Amino acid sequence: MGGRLKISLLLAPAVLVIGTLFVGGLYAALVQSLGYFPAIGQTEMSLSAYREVFSSGNFIDSLILTIYIAVASTVISTTLAVLGALALRRSSGTVSAVVFQIPITIPHLVAAVGIALVVSQTGLGARLASAFGLVGEPSDFPALLYDKYSIGIILTYVWKEVPFVALVVLAGLRGVASELEEVAQTLGANAWQRFWHVIFPVIAPGVVAASLVVFAFTFGAFEVPYLLGQDYPTILPVTAYNEYRSIELSDRPAAMAINIIIAVITALFAAAYLRLSRGLGRG
Amino acid sequence: MGKKRHNIWLILAALVVAIPFIPLVLWAFAGEWRFPELLPTEFSLRGWEQIISGGNRVPEAVLNSLIIGVAATAASVAVGLPAGMAIGGYEFRFKGAVIFLILLPILVPPLASTMGIHLTFIRLGLSDTVFGVFLVHLIPTVPYTAIILTSVFADMTGEMEEAARSLGASPWQAFRHVTLPQAVPGIAVAALFAFLVSWSQYILTVLIGGGSVITLPMLLFSAASGSDPVITSVLAILFALPALVVLVVALRFLRGGGDESGMIGLGKPS
Repeated sequence: MGGRLKISLLLAPAVLVIGTLFVGGLYAALVQSLGYFPAIGQTEMSLSAYREVFSSGNFIDSLILTIYIAVASTVISTTLAVLGALALRRSSGTVSAVVFQIPITIPHLVAAVGIALVVSQTGLGARLASAFGLVGEPSDFPALLYDKYSIGIILTYVWKEVPFVALVVLAGLRGVASELEEVAQTLGANAWQRFWHVIFPVIAPGVVAASLVVFAFTFGAFEVPYLLGQDYPTILPVTAYNEYRSIELSDRPAAMAINIIIAVITALFAAAYLRLSRGLGRG
Repeated sequence: MGKKRHNIWLILAALVVAIPFIPLVLWAFAGEWRFPELLPTEFSLRGWEQIISGGNRVPEAVLNSLIIGVAATAASVAVGLPAGMAIGGYEFRFKGAVIFLILLPILVPPLASTMGIHLTFIRLGLSDTVFGVFLVHLIPTVPYTAIILTSVFADMTGEMEEAARSLGASPWQAFRHVTLPQAVPGIAVAALFAFLVSWSQYILTVLIGGGSVITLPMLLFSAASGSDPVITSVLAILFALPALVVLVVALRFLRGGGDESGMIGLGKPS
């Protein structure tokens, strides 16, 4: 059997499934975003849904909130992960593997519910604050759910994503970085010099790649903000979903246009991630 | 002294990981727990009894989640195994494009394509059916499986297979008796994670199942939006159980690898 034919046959099922359901679904979303709805007699294509979306304050608010949540979650997760990995790199690999793997495998919804029961105004945090005499009534405790700053959402993402980034950093630290660091130490470099000139350059590509994944995920994820987010503005996927569920069929193209915008942005991050991780493989 | 300091950081990390589970476990067994009590003043099994007695459609939801999860896992491994062999084991033209195509559904939210395909599913009679939900679960599960299996096959050198071939084994025999057994732990891990990814899906099921196909995360979601933390916590623990089982099994399979670096390839199912 020829090599090329064999490889094509091996790839065919996966390419077929992803091509039909994922690419096909995005194509259908694109066509609908252009206003093509034969079912309601709409066969003319136009960019009016995109014009409508970009000129609506609703979309802009939603976009800003989405970027804010994704940036905050990514920056906090990455910082904590690097610090955590540096602190934990000499501890037992097996134990830290278990500790880190728990948040990675636990579904986002469970994490969101658990965090909500900790930070709500009658949650564990408020009860502790009350035990220390800091608050009297539940309403004295700051509202961290359904709030303007999306604290509950960001906390859930940080809890879920720190271990993912930390595992990537730890792999880098346990490899070549520790040997180089010893050399630097023998040569008299202080702790900050060792971090900035030796460790950081080694772990940086992995850190950037992992934070791209976290950003793309928190930008496009639905469940956690749908459960813990405020009513307005909502993040882009929730806005798209609400438009889609609207009784007005004329809102459908706008919902699909938002979907396409989300897909384009996250696809750019996927492309950047791929470029970076292939560069890593070569190096 | 240094060792001790590192253990303190590890304990601190373990505590932070444990925090969300503390109220879940306490509420799941709470009878009465008024503000500002730090611990429940009464314990009860009310939530568990309600679930076991078939309240809240829990048995139906668990069964649906299991059926869809097992089916999506089987299909994902069947489809992802050959893809992983091809990408991990061979060099070919357009390999970068194929990897991009497979990576894309992991980072581009599957909700976008599912909303797009919904109309077609309605036309084909696939919406509001378990089969339709199974199909859209493949959008996230197939890529995860293919990518985990790619790293499994990329780590294999192929020397053993070559040796078997030079001793007269047919390509199929070499695959069946040499390559496949070597890949079994990796396949098991890929399967477990495919199951978890399907088990965790909420919005794809809501959209395509249209309320006719009830799964566990849907019950958890509506409980969490309500006002009974006892039922919410019981459902959350039930929903988290497979993840803990998967974790234990995955760790056993990966113990040969030594430290956590072997687990990075597991990705981050949502």
